[in-house]
Order: sequence, then C-alpha cells, then structure tokens
Amino acid sequence: MAGAMGGAVPVDAGFFQTQGKRTGLLAWILSTDHKRIGILYLVSMLAFFAVGVALGLLMRLELIAPGRTIVAAGTYNALFTVHGVIMIFLIVIPGVPAVLGNFFLPIHIGARDVAFPKLNLLSWYCFVGGALLAVASLFTGGGAPDTGWTFYVPYSVRTSTNVTLAVFAAFILGFSSILTGLNFVTTTHRLRAKGMGWFRMPLFVWSLYATAWIQLLATPVLAITLILVMLERMFNLGLFDPGRGGDPLLYQHLFWIYSHPAVYIMILPAMGVVSEIIPTFARKKIFGYKAIAFSSLAIAFLGYLVWGHHMFTSGISDSSRIIFSLLTFLVAVPSGVKVFNWVATLYKGSIRVEPPLLFIFTFIFLFSIGGLTGLMQGSLAIDVHIHDTAFIVGHFHYVMFGGTIFGLLAGLLYWFPKMFGRMYNRKTIQIAWAFLFVGFNVLYFPMLVLGWQGMPRRYYDYLPQFHGLHTLSTVGSWILVAGLVIFVVHLIRATRRGEPAGMNPWGGTTLEWTIPSPPPQVNFVTLPEVTAGPYEHGGDEGRGGRRGPGEHHDRGGPEGARA
Amino acid sequence: MSTTLPAHLPAHEGEHRDPLGAKMGMWLFLLTELILFGGAFLLYAAYRARFAADFHYASTLLNPLIGGVNTLVLLTSSLTMVLSIAALERGLRRPAVLFLGATIGLGLTFLVVKACEWSGKIGHGLFPGSTELVERTAGENIFFGLYYGMTGLHALHVVIGLGLLIWMFALIARRPRVRVTLPAPAGESVRLATAGGRALWSDAVGAEAAAIEVSVVYERHDELLAGNLPRLDNTGLYWHLVDIIWIFLFPLLYLIT
Repeated sequence: MAGAMGGAVPVDAGFFQTQGKRTGLLAWILSTDHKRIGILYLVSMLAFFAVGVALGLLMRLELIAPGRTIVAAGTYNALFTVHGVIMIFLIVIPGVPAVLGNFFLPIHIGARDVAFPKLNLLSWYCFVGGALLAVASLFTGGGAPDTGWTFYVPYSVRTSTNVTLAVFAAFILGFSSILTGLNFVTTTHRLRAKGMGWFRMPLFVWSLYATAWIQLLATPVLAITLILVMLERMFNLGLFDPGRGGDPLLYQHLFWIYSHPAVYIMILPAMGVVSEIIPTFARKKIFGYKAIAFSSLAIAFLGYLVWGHHMFTSGISDSSRIIFSLLTFLVAVPSGVKVFNWVATLYKGSIRVEPPLLFIFTFIFLFSIGGLTGLMQGSLAIDVHIHDTAFIVGHFHYVMFGGTIFGLLAGLLYWFPKMFGRMYNRKTIQIAWAFLFVGFNVLYFPMLVLGWQGMPRRYYDYLPQFHGLHTLSTVGSWILVAGLVIFVVHLIRATRRGEPAGMNPWGGTTLEWTIPSPPPQVNFVTLPEVTAGPYEHGGDEGRGGRRGPGEHHDRGGPEGARA
Repeated sequence: MSTTLPAHLPAHEGEHRDPLGAKMGMWLFLLTELILFGGAFLLYAAYRARFAADFHYASTLLNPLIGGVNTLVLLTSSLTMVLSIAALERGLRRPAVLFLGATIGLGLTFLVVKACEWSGKIGHGLFPGSTELVERTAGENIFFGLYYGMTGLHALHVVIGLGLLIWMFALIARRPRVRVTLPAPAGESVRLATAGGRALWSDAVGAEAAAIEVSVVYERHDELLAGNLPRLDNTGLYWHLVDIIWIFLFPLLYLIT
C-alpha cells in the first residue's frame, strides 16, 4: 500500500501488503495481525478525535463572549458531555495502549502476535461499536445526554435525554478495555522471547503491563456502576433514589473507584513512551530502570486508594477526607521518581532534539504543570475553593492532553518511520509543534486563572469580568487546532511521500529496530534470543561527546543492522 | 496399494496453541467478573449496614426453599460439569457429551425456577416502583432493588454460561471426520485396515470406477484433547464462577432472617 503511491521512492510494503485470501477492506477489518489492528485503532481513533475536537471548538466558541453566543444552554450541556465521553473513553484511555501497544508490545518482547489475536480483533469491534453508539446518542432518543461524562445520579436517572444509550456505549467501551488488558497481561507472561527476562523488557512494556492490570481490576467496577444506572433508568430499581432510601453518594464512590485508576490507565502508557524515547535520543542507558518499572506498579497500586479526592466537597466525613488527601499526595512520589530518572538519563547524555524528544520535553513541562496543580487540589482547604471551577478543567487538560496526548504524539513521531517505513519532514513537525505548544498554553492556562477567580466549570455563560481571559482561551483553541491539522495532514502525506526511513533511523536499541520498516507480516522469521538489556547504547555512555548524525545511523540495534 | 489416513485433523491455519495461556486469560476474565459483582456486593454491604432491621424483615418475604432448591441444582450442575471435563480428559467422548447435556439441563432448570420465583413476587406486587413497595420502608425498597438487580445480573450470567455450554456441546458432539479420495485400482480389491493391520472392510473395485472416496468418521483421544479440552476447561471455569456468585447471593438474600 505505502510503496505503490505517489512519485516517491518506493519502500517494501511489509505487513501493508495483503497476503491472506481476503483483499481490500476485508483484509483489514477481519485481520488478526496485531499491527493491522493497531492501524485500525489509529484510523478510527483519528476520526472520533476529530469529532471530539469539533465539539470542543464549539464550546470555546460559545464562551467567546458572555451570554448566549452560538448555542443554547441545553446544547452546551450536551456538547461538554459528549466531548468528555468521546475524549475520555475513546481517545485518552485506549489511545497509547490500543495503537502503539498493539503494534509494539509483541515486537518489543520478541513475539509474533499477542496471546489472543481473535480477542484482540473483538476488542476493536467493541471499540468501534461503542464509539458509534456514543456518537449516535447525540442524535437519537430524547436528545444528546446532558449529564457530564461522569453520569452523576440522581440527574442521570431523571433526565429525559439519551443517557441510557451513552451509558451503554461506555459499558461496551469498557468491555473493549478489559479484553485488551487481559490480552496484554497474558501476552507479557506467556510470549516473551528466549532470554527476555522481566528486567530486560523495554519500559514501555512495563508500563503497558501495569496499565493492563488497572484495566482488569478497575473497569469492572465502572461496568457494574453503568449497569446500575441503566437498570435504574429502565426498571426503576431505586438504589440511588434518595426518595426510596437510596444514596446518590454511593454512586459517586463506585464511579470514582474506577475512574480514578482510569486516570492512570491514561497516563502510564504515555510515561512508558517517554522512557523509550529519552534513552534513544540521549544515547544513554536509562537511569534507574528498576525504579521506573516499579514506580509504574506503585502508581497503579496507589491509584486505587485515592478516589475520594473527587468527593472532597460531597459531604464525606472529615477523617476520610484527610486520609484520601494524604494518599493523594503519595502518588506524587512514584511520579517524581519517574521524572527524576528521566532527567538523570538526559544528564551528560549526547542529546539530539529530534521531533519525538521535542514532544517529550513538552510532555514533561505540561505534565509538571498538571501535576503541580493536582497537588493544589489534593489539599483539602484549597480544593474547597477551586472545586467545580475552570481550574479543574485547566488541570485535567494539562494532565490528559498535555500528558497523555502529547505522549501519544511523541510516540507516533518516534515510531512513525517504523510503522510506515517513511520519514516525515522534521521542519514541518517543528512548525506544528510551535502551534500546538503556544495554542495549548493560550487555551488552557487562562482556565487555571479563571477558575482561581471563581469561574465555575460547565457554565455556558459568565460574568463580564471573565470576558478577556475567555476570549484569549478561545483564540488559543484556534491556534491549537491549526497545529493539530498541520501535524495530522503532514503525517498522512508522509505515509506516501516521505523519504524511506530505513530500519533504524533513530539508533534505537529495542527489538523493533532490528526488523525492517514497515515490519513484515511475520515479525520475526526466527524468534530472537535476547542477551542484554533494552537500552545498551555502547560502553561510553554520555562520555563520548556529541557525534555526527551519520555515526548515529551506523550504530544500530543489538544486531547493528541497517536496511 | 496402501494409503495412510492423516493421523491428525487439519489444524486451524496458523493458530497458536497455548492451553496454559488460555487458562490464564480465563482466570483474569473471572477476576473481572468477581470485581463486577464486587461492586454490587459493596452496595449490599453499605445498605445492609444502614437498614439492618428492614433487610431482615424483607428477607422473610423470600422463600428459602425455592432458593435452596436452586442452590442444589446449581451445585449439581457444577458436579456434572467437572465430570464432563474429567471424561474428556480420559478421551471418553460419549460420557463427556452426556454430562455436558446434564449441565445444560440443570442450568435451564435453575432459570425456570428463578422465573417462577420472580413472577410469584411480581404477582404479589413486590417489584421496584410498585405501589405495594412504595408504602413499605426504605430498607425494604432497597432490599428488593438489590434482590432483582443482583439475581437478574446473575441470571444473565447463567444465560451466557448456557450459551457457552451449548456451543461446547455442539463442538464435542460432532465427531471428527476425514475424507480421502484414492485413485481406483481397477479390477483389484480395496481393503481398509487399522494401523495395526486389523481388517475393517474390503470390497472389489469394478473396472468402470475412476476414484474411490473413503469417508472415515473416527475418534481419536488426542484430537479431542488438543482441540476441545482447553475450551471445555475454560467453559467449566466460567460455569463455576456462576455457581460461586450464587453461593454468596443465596445466604445474603435468603438466609439473613
């Protein structure tokens, strides 16, 4: 596919070449090849991301001036609900694991596929089915759901809008997430190549492994919560109805028991991407391999114990608020371990700021802002002031977008030459980065300030004194979208017209750089035997000074091979 | 002339077999199911602590005999399930199929009893949102909300489990079959014999025959083992999960008076 188009230099089509008995679209949507499924996720996610971005743009446009601008209050409620559902359940939760994880997990551990290829395809079908239902909930039934993505009772049970369908969509998406997690855990346990001990796995695999466990252990709680909301709406069980003895607060507990660990489902794989990219572009072994690996597990574990910090103002007891606040601060420890190890890896490294590393620096910068504002919310007194304000919106966009999505973009840039066999234009990507970086901060930083000043979240109208910052934020959304468009359009063009990338353009040391780009349908003809750790960049780590770009190319993977 | 039949049925192309991995995947899935019900049990715990007296009273409205019969039915079905797996492990296809059929029958029995119980309750006006229940205490309302929610979710799992059992039944009840076409040795005779040389059948071939098609329905223990045992094992695990959930539901709903 890639090689046949345009006037560009052809590259070998690898797994894009259809070899089975089916052709065309069927050869993709019925394929159990983990690489094709990864691409399927990428393409479908891109489509739904466009929908989510469009909804976000409309919200910002409404907020450009006080009063009603382009949509009515009810429509605005629907906009932020469906924006949230799409972005959270379709993009940031599955983003890195489903696209990059599917593509690279088996290759990273030296396997030919995941443990359950058919189940993997089923996960994708659940994903697409759930996604279509979520989008359909906008246009069918009693109108688009207007509860916010958290579906809080009692309103979600009483509203006449299409909550049942949206909740069912989230349930199906959760199923997809569980199946992927189950597949990845089993794959990591059963299919590692000979010599691929647990501490020789790339850190990306560690982060996927930790994530997969959260998917397995947390998502079922969301499933039962969503089932109960559906039962409440359809059969009027009354379990959350205060009029009949039910307690809406129990809904919040159940919801956040899943949804806080879900935050780590979102961020851990992106952190894994960081741990892959930094050693490659610093030409150094990662600093503190085990500390990073175990901090992933520590974050996964602590993530279960902090859900109460979403409920500080809901009337839970003071003692539980203090405990949850303390536990929340503890999460900062393993997160800090990671950041310090990344910085220590860069220290005295032979650093080349190629586009993937540029996006990783951005990740660290934006995620640090998100993390520090998170600590502010973790302290009880401050949280009472900023709860349910635009500050929260700003905070989680710094974490989710600045963290997860920038991590995803960095990963795409890092592995693009491997996935498609071609290289993008670095200059164009740097221009896109400038738009993204400026647009992002112009869009979200004013939200932090607005929230601090008292602007509530989820309001379609506001007092005149907030006008200036709201307008600034809306302008930021345009810059950001311009950056996204440049980024995506250029990468799509580069899949056909880019220069052939060769086997190992970055001088990476993990297994994917030892096979052709794009990988052949059978990843490894003979399964590799691993004899060293994942980040062996030669013996002169960091002491050799800068090398010319040509030298980097010559020092390839463990086999030293280059196409 | 002698032609040897293939010793193994053609395996599914490119399929990677890892029974231990398959079992691990199933255990992980069961873990998620336990946590799913765990959420419901959490609600039960919170509400029972709040409405202890009401729960005790509401529980007297349930019939422990019906619940007990269903417990017995489900436990027996787990037994027949294990027997079916044990039979297949020994390569005994017929008992495996029979015990599997018994498991399906018991599962259906459970559902029928459950349906009678529910319709009885609904007939007495005991269902969420009914005028009868609205007049009762908050705790009783919650109890019956949980009763219908949890046993309903459990019944849904029984239905899914039955679907799996029926699928396995179809897989195992079907005998492996191999069809071979041989060129006709005109004017000679054809003999079918086992590998050990024991004659099974022989016949003369007429001069007009162009080819002979031999269709053999055969049972080989290792084939049954390789293909269906991990699947039946996993189906059994799922069925035991359904059983275990009920083991917790039964006392918590019926026996707390």
